[in-house]
Amino acid sequence: MSASKASKTPQAPQARPGDMRPLAEVPGERPPKPRPAPVPDPEAAQYWAAMGEGRLLVQGCTRCGNRQLYPRQHCLTCRGPVEWVEASGRGTVYSYTVIRQNHQRPFRDWIPYVVALVDLEEGPRIMTNVVGCDPEDVYVGMTVEATRFDVLSDEAGIALFEPVPGFEHRG
Amino acid sequence: MSPARAGRRAVIAGVATSDYPHLPGMSEHAVHAEAAGRALADAGLEYGDVDGFATAGFFPMYAVGVAEYLGLHPTYFDETHAGGASFEVLVEHAAYAVEAGIAEVVLVTYGSVQLSQMGRRLGTGGGGRGGMAPGPAIYDALWGNTLVGSYALAARRHMHEYKTTPEQLASVAVTMRDHAAHNPQAQYRDAITVDDVLSSRLVADPLHKLDCCVISDGGGACVVTTAERAADLRKPAVHILGGAHATTHHMNLSADADLTVSPAAQSGPLAFERAGITPAEVDVAQLYDSFTITVVLTVEDLGFCAKGEGGAFVEDGGLGLGGRLPTNTDGGGLSACHPGMRGMFLIVEAVRQLRGEAGETQVPGARLAVAHGTGGMLSTGATLVLGKEAP
Repeated sequence: MSASKASKTPQAPQARPGDMRPLAEVPGERPPKPRPAPVPDPEAAQYWAAMGEGRLLVQGCTRCGNRQLYPRQHCLTCRGPVEWVEASGRGTVYSYTVIRQNHQRPFRDWIPYVVALVDLEEGPRIMTNVVGCDPEDVYVGMTVEATRFDVLSDEAGIALFEPVPGFEHRG
Repeated sequence: MSPARAGRRAVIAGVATSDYPHLPGMSEHAVHAEAAGRALADAGLEYGDVDGFATAGFFPMYAVGVAEYLGLHPTYFDETHAGGASFEVLVEHAAYAVEAGIAEVVLVTYGSVQLSQMGRRLGTGGGGRGGMAPGPAIYDALWGNTLVGSYALAARRHMHEYKTTPEQLASVAVTMRDHAAHNPQAQYRDAITVDDVLSSRLVADPLHKLDCCVISDGGGACVVTTAERAADLRKPAVHILGGAHATTHHMNLSADADLTVSPAAQSGPLAFERAGITPAEVDVAQLYDSFTITVVLTVEDLGFCAKGEGGAFVEDGGLGLGGRLPTNTDGGGLSACHPGMRGMFLIVEAVRQLRGEAGETQVPGARLAVAHGTGGMLSTGATLVLGKEAP
C-alpha cells in the first residue's frame, strides 16, 4: 500500500486530527505497527524509564548548573558531573515540519503528522511529535506541553507534546 | 595550500564523471572504475602512477575495498566520511598528503547506484535503517522524522527568523533547472517556474518535491598531485588554494544549537583565509544543493551575503549565469544528478569552469571557484577554494 493511499484511509472514529496513535486496522491491511522502542544506553536508562512513568527528566550539572539533553556522561559546558532534574514539561516550538511522505511504518500510517524541535523551559531542546491539534495549527513559538507519555517497552517511554489548552490559533 | 613542503603545491590534474543519471547495468564499484579511468585519462596518467587513494562509502574499510576492486595497492588511503561533503574533505586531505610529500598521485573516486538499488525513497524513510544509527542517534529517531524533514525544520526556522519565502527557496530550484537544460546528461532538463515548485506536492512542510534533489546513479573522480608533476600532463592544472571542514552534530538535529547556521559558517572563513582570498573574489560556485534551503544557508554562511539575506540573494536569478554568484552550472543535485553524496560532482564542475571547459554554462574568465559540500542533516560542511592560477 502506497503512502498516498494510506493518507486517504478513513480514520477510525476515536482518532483525533493530528493524533499519533496508529489508525484502526483496515481490512486486508497489515496490523498497525508500533513505534520502535529504544534500547537505552546505560547512562540514559533513567531518562527513558521516567518517560515510561509519565515524567520528563533533563540532566543538570552539579558544578555549573547547565541543563542538557540528550543524556550524556558529562556536562557539555564544563564536563562536570550531571544529575537528573525533573522537567516542567512545558516548552516552545523552535521549529516544526509536517511530514507528508514517509515510507516506513508505523509513520506512514500517521501521515500527515508534526515533527517538532521543542525548547524546554529548562533549556534543553528535544525532538518530538506535536499531537492533539491539526498539524496546520502548529507554529514556531507555540507553547506546548508534554501531556502524553507513550509506553514503548518495559524500560522506555516517550513524551509527546500538545498545545497548551486555549492556544492561540494563527492563520 | 600551506604549510607546504618547499616546492610542492597541490593541484587537481584530472577530473571526470561516470555516466549518469541511471545505470541499471552497473555495479557501484564499476561506477567508481568508470570515473577513475576517465579521470586518469583526463590527466594523462595511468593506474601505475597512483600511490594514493581516497573514497567514502557506507561500509567499513570501504576505500580499501574499492582499491582492491580497482587493482590499486596504495601507500596512502583515506575514507573520511562526512556524508555529501566527504569528497571535499578527501581532496583537502589529499592536498596535504601530496604537499607533505607522502603521496605523489592521489586518486579520489565516488560511485553509487542508489537509484537502481533503492529507488526514490531515500529521503523519506526508505533508506533501510530509517535514520537509525547506533548509540545517541536514537534520541531523534523515534519521531518519524525524515531526511527531507530535517532540512524542512531548518527551512521553517529560517523563514521564521528572516522572513525567507517559499518563492525565494523555489527560485534556487528554478535556476538549477535552467542550468541543467544545457547539460545533456542531466536527469531533468525541462524548464520549471517558481509556481511549478510551489504547486508540486509538499513532502515535509515547507519543502515541496521540487525543493528536493533528485535521486540518481552516478559517480566521479579526480586526481590530486603536485603542480610540478602536473606541469607536463594533458590538462592545465587547477590549484587547490585552500580547504577546511567543520561539523556541528551528527544524526540529532536537537543537538544543533542553531538550525539557520550550517557548518559552512566555520569551514568557509577558514578555507578563504587559508586560500588568501575573500568571498567577493569568487567567480563561480558549486554549492551542495540537497535541498533549496541548503543553498540559501550556504551562500550566507560562506559570506556571499549577510545572514538572513540568502533568500534575497538567490531570487531573481541571483545564482544564474550573469547573476550575483553563478552556482551549480551543471544543474546541481536539484536537477542534474544526486547519487547520494554529490560532493565529487561539485569538484569536477568547479575544475571544468576554471579550465574553460563548461560549455554553454561557462562563466567567462572564471579564475576562482568554490566547491562546498554539505553532509548529513546539515551535519558537516567542507569548503574547497580552487584557482586557475598558482597562488
